[in-house]
Amino acid sequence: MNVARSKKWKEIIAKLLMWMAMLIVFGFVFSVIWTIFSKGCRVMSWDMITKLPGGGFYIGKEGGLLNAIVGSLYIVGASTVLGLIISIPVVFFMNIYLKKDSKLAYVARLAFDVLFGVPSIVYGAFGFTVMIFFGLRTSLLGGIIVITLLIIPIFIRTMDEATRNFPRDILEASFALGATRWETLKVVLRQIAPGIATATLLSIGRAIGDAASVMFTAGYTDSIPTSLSQPAATLPLAVFFQLSSPIAEVVDRAYAAALILTVIVLLLSITGRFITNKFSKNKV
Amino acid sequence: MRNKTRIVKDKLAQGIMLTITVLAILLVAVIAVGLYLKSKPVLEESSLWTLLFSSEWRPMKGAFGFLPFIMGTVWVTLLSILIALPISLLTAIYLTEYAQPMVRKFVFPALDILAALPSVIYGVWGVLVIVPFISRHLAPHFVDFSTGYTVLAAGIVLGVMVIPLLVSLFIEIFSAVPTDLREASLALGATRWQTAKKVVLRKTVSGIIASTVLAVSRALGETIAVLMVCGCVIGIPKGVLDACYPIPALIANNYGEMLSMPFYESALMFAALILFVIVLLFNLFSRIILYRLEKSEM
Repeated sequence: MNVARSKKWKEIIAKLLMWMAMLIVFGFVFSVIWTIFSKGCRVMSWDMITKLPGGGFYIGKEGGLLNAIVGSLYIVGASTVLGLIISIPVVFFMNIYLKKDSKLAYVARLAFDVLFGVPSIVYGAFGFTVMIFFGLRTSLLGGIIVITLLIIPIFIRTMDEATRNFPRDILEASFALGATRWETLKVVLRQIAPGIATATLLSIGRAIGDAASVMFTAGYTDSIPTSLSQPAATLPLAVFFQLSSPIAEVVDRAYAAALILTVIVLLLSITGRFITNKFSKNKV
Repeated sequence: MRNKTRIVKDKLAQGIMLTITVLAILLVAVIAVGLYLKSKPVLEESSLWTLLFSSEWRPMKGAFGFLPFIMGTVWVTLLSILIALPISLLTAIYLTEYAQPMVRKFVFPALDILAALPSVIYGVWGVLVIVPFISRHLAPHFVDFSTGYTVLAAGIVLGVMVIPLLVSLFIEIFSAVPTDLREASLALGATRWQTAKKVVLRKTVSGIIASTVLAVSRALGETIAVLMVCGCVIGIPKGVLDACYPIPALIANNYGEMLSMPFYESALMFAALILFVIVLLFNLFSRIILYRLEKSEM
């Protein structure tokens, strides 16, 4: 009788603790989102997203964040395209050209997992040394290169996850019809399209929010870069540099930049979840 | 003839893909070698022992003791894991062992949001919420004065950042435990909690350890959020209410001036190398264990 009772009590306490843990998680989510939105909405205006910083911007005068928004879009756009071009062949190679228990595929997966775990500050430091080696200064190009390196492992691992469960039968059906492996890619590509889309959204989310790597390599500027060799501003750095300012108006701009960044990232995350849910239902 | 071109195309594609794959793998080695070559000058100047275990940091005089920064990193990382581990474990157990699909529908998006938010946003949150909370409400109970920019603030912010990673890894591991085992335990009269504790957790110990190591390595390298709340005071922290200065923050804070001083750049690259090597080892360790688990379930 006593044993049964203590069993019951333990169950209840465990359940309470778990509920508490989940409440804490929700509390954190709510607190972060509330902080960013309540601070950001107050200072958000049309000028913020359509104007460049004017003269005297950093002592509280007129201007917006257009430089950071455009800079981020340039870097993220270019590196996403580059990342896709590099990672799609790798994923195909690992999954279709190599056998399932291939040593190379194992080493490759391990390497990309390790690269995935490498902190962005290390990518930044490494990118910086490479840039010095090639005689580059902080520039749009430097930012694009480093962000591309940063997102390649994310691309590869996420797409690989989607391709790995690819039904072997479909491959064999295609081979049986006489198609080469290269031609079979068309079949595979169509099947894993949602996986590629999710991977792209994830990578964009990571690329747009990363500050530590672009700090060294893309620099910061008040104007929109017109060539690859000019420095480019980015949204995370706009938050970081302006938040510590003693002038209230400048700090407000940091809040606005944080709000823009958060909204972009949330939209990407929601879309990603939507795609996963929608396409995992009617998968072969 | 047509078949020949098709086969050539296939072989050509194979060659190109192989090259790209190998190059991408080699990136690991290239980063290591690049950072090593850059940190060579400082390694030749002072011994590895001095670099790692001396706490004298005077870049102007060429004295680079990384101990304060290493200790700062250790404090912050351990604290963050201490905060994140129980929360993530309990959440993951609830989600896999108890929760109705309805509950998952609410919790997963919340975790998605936590995982998606960039480091700098957590930094802003830390500066606006955690730091004032510590300096106004928590610290006055223990010390006379604290700015709030402390090990504790950095630990909390980092802890929140690694929760989604830990929960998703745990859920994956727990879901791999066969339902039969759970049912056997329940059939013997065990409660759900007993089953979770004595069957699921016991069966997945190695996976939990591997996931935790992975989370540690993620926390080690976090830069911007920590930089914004850690205080950046050089010195070995003596408690959670001291300021600290972890390695990533050191690198990020000094990148602008490092070119003007001899050995300074080299020393910072050495710091990046330390981070890289630790993260590399931790990742290899945990990934290999996780791969093995994945394989054994198949």
